[in-house]
Amino acid sequence: MLLDLSDSYVERNRSSDKKLSTLRGRTVINLFFENSTRTRTSFELAGKRLGADVINMQVSTSSVSKGETLIDTAVTLNAMHLDALVVRHPDSGAVSLLAEKVNCAVINGGDGSHEHPTQALLDALTIRRRKGRLSGLRVAICGDVLHSRVARSNIHLLNIMGAHVRVVAPKTLIPSGIERLGVEVFHDMRAGLKDCDIVMMLRVQTERMQGNFIPSIREFFHFFGLDYAKLEMAKPDALIMHPGPMNRGVEIDSDVADDVERSVIREQVEMGVAVRMAVLEVLTRTEGG
Amino acid sequence: MALNATGRVAYVNARLLDPASGLDEPGGVLTDGEIIVDFGPGLASLDVCLCDYTQVVDCGGHCLAPGLVDMRMQLREPGDEHKETLAIAGEAAVAGGVTSMVCLPNTQPVMDDAATLEYVARRARQIGLAKVYPYGAATKGLQGLELAEMGMLAASGALGFTDGVRAIANAQLMRRALSYASTFDLMIVQHPEEPSLVEGGAMNEGELATRLGLPGIPVYAEAILLERDIRLVEATGGRYHAGHVSTAEGLAVIRGAKERGLPVTCDTAPFYFGLNELTVGDYRTFAKLSPPLRGEDDRRAVVEAIKEGVIDAVASDHAPQDQDSKRRPFAQADFGGIGLETLLPVTLEIHHNGHLSLLETLRLVTEAPARLLGLDAGRLRRGGRADLTLFDPYRPWIVKADEMVGKSRNTPFDGRPVQGRVLRTVVDGRTVFTRDD
Repeated sequence: MLLDLSDSYVERNRSSDKKLSTLRGRTVINLFFENSTRTRTSFELAGKRLGADVINMQVSTSSVSKGETLIDTAVTLNAMHLDALVVRHPDSGAVSLLAEKVNCAVINGGDGSHEHPTQALLDALTIRRRKGRLSGLRVAICGDVLHSRVARSNIHLLNIMGAHVRVVAPKTLIPSGIERLGVEVFHDMRAGLKDCDIVMMLRVQTERMQGNFIPSIREFFHFFGLDYAKLEMAKPDALIMHPGPMNRGVEIDSDVADDVERSVIREQVEMGVAVRMAVLEVLTRTEGG
Repeated sequence: MALNATGRVAYVNARLLDPASGLDEPGGVLTDGEIIVDFGPGLASLDVCLCDYTQVVDCGGHCLAPGLVDMRMQLREPGDEHKETLAIAGEAAVAGGVTSMVCLPNTQPVMDDAATLEYVARRARQIGLAKVYPYGAATKGLQGLELAEMGMLAASGALGFTDGVRAIANAQLMRRALSYASTFDLMIVQHPEEPSLVEGGAMNEGELATRLGLPGIPVYAEAILLERDIRLVEATGGRYHAGHVSTAEGLAVIRGAKERGLPVTCDTAPFYFGLNELTVGDYRTFAKLSPPLRGEDDRRAVVEAIKEGVIDAVASDHAPQDQDSKRRPFAQADFGGIGLETLLPVTLEIHHNGHLSLLETLRLVTEAPARLLGLDAGRLRRGGRADLTLFDPYRPWIVKADEMVGKSRNTPFDGRPVQGRVLRTVVDGRTVFTRDD
């Protein structure tokens, strides 16, 4: 199981001798069509700690012919005999389009508003290590669900693992038909957080918003920003999560974000490296033979 | 005409279909040059004295019908010849049994002046395949700001006015377009989607779009614009036609308008009764259409509306796109699918599925659109142009994108088993297409 393997890497990453040779001789490319610090660094570290050669490519998406660039880039990279390609792209489905054109393992590092699978895995690992289980937990995913690939991947994974998932957001940030994905929908933050074990905040993605979804940041924070007053509704031992980067004072209050007792936001980042090591190992193992 | 028609031809041993006169019986057609001289059950067998006919065509008992009239397709010439030339559009049309097609004005330059309109008509005549009739632009440059020169366009052969794939969004402008066009008794053809609700959208809004993380286009974008337009029809008395209607709500609006006796008509395309949004599947850009493929309930409503006669006609909505426009992430890809070659077989599914008789089904792609446009086509008439389609309505085949005519292969029907194959197409008395297999 991927989470168990990830678990083993957590301890390894905490020791002083972090380097392994599992992926020695393998080449991993991080192909990022969208800005990212956290995910890219995390994949880079993961690859390097397993002994692979890792190259980062940041591709500008400002040119008009994005699609052509995408397929051309894929074909070019494919000729270089990679073992794994980590891709992030601002368009939903772009990673699967690219995966059709290459022979190596392709890892989705986030595509548009579609999916971000390794984020869901690291969230699950974080929760499991703290709570000892996923099954039966009540998880509230709050904020900009409409534009969030993190929300979609978490909904899928948490449902499979037996958690009860809620989404909490103003109606304009809830995509249509979301309840068919197996979630309960709330438009009142207090009601949505009631008796939750996990409060998962999402970043308000202004860069993906075409038009006006919320009247103002101030109003959004007033009704949907996580502060202690709203957090009171959740269970006393509820964990606070955020995939980062945080907009402090937009979806989350700084005091809550930095609460050492309840916030596991930094731990999520730590788990990220471990999970990505496990994903890289498993995928190159089966692909590379 | 580019080629002179070849003397007298007798098409015999056919199942003669003419939706306009309700004819469905064994018979034949006699043509002389470009004209139909006679047709009817008397010409059923080979025994008739045909000595003075230069050519006798044995139809083998298959269906002989008026050539198809496609009332909505997009040309890429002039402007985007790399996607499809007029000649190739003509080849695709006759391979699909289409002998007359009516193109949207969204070429480059757009058909908002007589010169472009006449250029296209002349090119089509030179090519000598399917006949091309244009819609004129409703507004200059299709910009939706000022009325185009409708009168001049009408004089140059425009069959109606439309801004093509764009909706005429401004209410005042639509009101004036309807008023003004009624001077010439020509209709305004609307792309019925409220643009502000569609902007940025990539597919039908709903569960599937949410799962795929794609921005959605709500179904009510259609009904909202239709409702507004119908108010304007009431106020102006202008003739109004809604292109490719795709939703149950939109159809309900049109049904209501027709019940009130307003001059409102509509068509749909095979995409909207032959497919639903699931065709998008894993980001298949060939299924990215405008309006988007809808849910199954809407698809069924379209079939129902065809049965009831709320939908007047079926058009191909042919929109060729090259690889560079389609091999992209879904949200970046262009809209549109090709449809000339699949128009007949997919429309025949309405008959094969038991919704309408063969004759009533055929009417949707022959007499009905011709009547809406005031075209002398889509029917068998002594003295009329000899535009004919011979087809076997039962022959099964599988639509394959890479076997389609032309450079653009973007058919959303790729891999679909269909029934109904065109065997021969005749334009102005000349056989311009035959299929032997």
